[in-house]
Amino acid sequence: MLDVRGLQKVYNGGARQVEAIRDLTFTLSAGELVCLVGPSGCGKTTLLKCIGGLLTPTSGEVLLQGRRVTGPPPGMAVVFQEYGRSLFPWLRVGENVELPLRQKGLPKARRRELVTEALAAVGLADAESAYPWQLSGGMQQRVAIARAVAFEPEVLLMDEPFAAVDAQTRADLEDLVRALWHKLGVTILFVTHDIDEAVYLGQRVLILSSSPTVVREELTIDLPDTRDQLHTRGDPRFTALRTHVQEQIQAAKRGLPSPSTAGDEEA
Amino acid sequence: MTLTERTSGGGPPAAPASGDGRPGRRRGATAWLGLAGLGTLLAVMEIVPRVGLVSPKYFPPTSRVAQALAGEVTDQAFWVALGDTLKGWALGLLIATVAGVVLGVLIAAVPVLREYTASTIEFLRPIPSVALIPLAVLLFGTDIRSTLLLVVYASFWQVLVQVLYGVQDVDPVADETARSYGLSALARVRYVLWPTALPYVMTGVRLAAAVALVLAITAELVIGAPGLGARIAVAQTSNAVPDMYALVTVTGLLGVLVNLGARAVERRTLAWHQSVRGEVAV
Ligand SMILES: Nc1ncnc2c1ncn2[C@@H]1O[C@H](COP(=O)(O)OP(=O)(O)O)[C@@H](O)[C@H]1O
Ligand SMILES: [Mg+2]
Repeated sequence: MLDVRGLQKVYNGGARQVEAIRDLTFTLSAGELVCLVGPSGCGKTTLLKCIGGLLTPTSGEVLLQGRRVTGPPPGMAVVFQEYGRSLFPWLRVGENVELPLRQKGLPKARRRELVTEALAAVGLADAESAYPWQLSGGMQQRVAIARAVAFEPEVLLMDEPFAAVDAQTRADLEDLVRALWHKLGVTILFVTHDIDEAVYLGQRVLILSSSPTVVREELTIDLPDTRDQLHTRGDPRFTALRTHVQEQIQAAKRGLPSPSTAGDEEA
Repeated sequence: MTLTERTSGGGPPAAPASGDGRPGRRRGATAWLGLAGLGTLLAVMEIVPRVGLVSPKYFPPTSRVAQALAGEVTDQAFWVALGDTLKGWALGLLIATVAGVVLGVLIAAVPVLREYTASTIEFLRPIPSVALIPLAVLLFGTDIRSTLLLVVYASFWQVLVQVLYGVQDVDPVADETARSYGLSALARVRYVLWPTALPYVMTGVRLAAAVALVLAITAELVIGAPGLGARIAVAQTSNAVPDMYALVTVTGLLGVLVNLGARAVERRTLAWHQSVRGEVAV
């Protein structure tokens, strides 16, 4: 479904060169929910922008259903971390959700239907005629999610979408993402720097090293498919997995080699 | 929040149109204070010539000016002159706004064009419009087109510069969002760039409207193109001093109305913008 092959991105800011991503290779199959976790500044946003066709990689390639991504692909939606700036303040909530559909050329009746459904799905049915800036942060991010959902994408990219909301809202939004994923069968790549969030949400977790960035480990999350905040987080398996991810990230920060070469001495 | 931080850095965005959060009672008090000040000024201008501090010949008392004003408004020719002035002003402003917006967006959208035009703009912009009076006379004589040339030249830069500021204020995240949802370049101009630039455009038009009025009157006064300015010149040469003041007062009132009108339009179109947000019903 989504193939990232040998991806490298070097920013050329005049004299200063920043190698944001060294060499990333991974695959997402259709309908998967994969979390990507890595320390701040390791190039997660850069990676998502390359996948979303917003940035051209320095080398390597991104394939969506076998086709090389060169610009924003039609079946893809991105939810950005900066929800406040990603929603258009001059459009009402409903219009924000509708705009991409208009661009898709859908008839008005269908657009209305999708907008209403998407807003209801994120629990904001009555906020349609409000302006985004009249809503709280968590509500704004839900609008951004509704906009992505209404777009009916095959692949949904989410860039630390809940980094700026409070813990309770965050837990609700995590459950919302899982629920929507179940309902829509969409392929989701969810980027986060939060280890608990990655383990709680994902079927798989890709752990990135710190810069220069490579995939340090791919971990399958063998927790039951139905997850809830109370029990899943209390599950000993959950604790074991998150400890493992945490160790990997700590080791990455200290620049230790990954487990494939170093064995298990950290565990 | 973020929006405030961003816009405060750029050029002057839409200034808060009296909606700066001050409670209504304070605002009412300020308005009364302002009216009282104006009343005092008028009273002083009535008394000073009467007690002989200045010659009533050149500074007629307020009541004389008011009388002359009453005379003017019953004169058909006054309304024709007012119409000419307004025509030159409105038409010039319209041309300048359309040209400023179209060129501004074009220049901003094509980076090569921006560098290509930057020094030309920096060179042409500071030329005072009035320096073009000889050219206007050469081209159009005392025709209303003389007024138009000056008005358009002066107001065009006001609009263009604001549009250039506004276009630079486009949020990269908003633009990336639009691109990721497949919005074409044209759609992004319409749905992202234009709404972002609109507060700046409004500010530009408001400034341009004031400048346009100055230049319209100047052209009429100096060149003799038809309008209030020409009528002021005639009043002066025929020694109708109170009429001259009455006409000057009218131009002042026009200026006030133009500013109030521009702010009202600004408030209506920018209901979503942070400078007017407080007034939108949730
Ligand atoms: N437009 C840019 N130009 C130059 N360097 C950049 C740019 N965007 C990001 N970087 C650099 O690339 C690295 C990775 O950034 P980013 O992808 O935002 O990381 P993350 O999302 O994981 O926090 C950082 O060192 C950052 O400074
Ligand atoms: Mg980031």
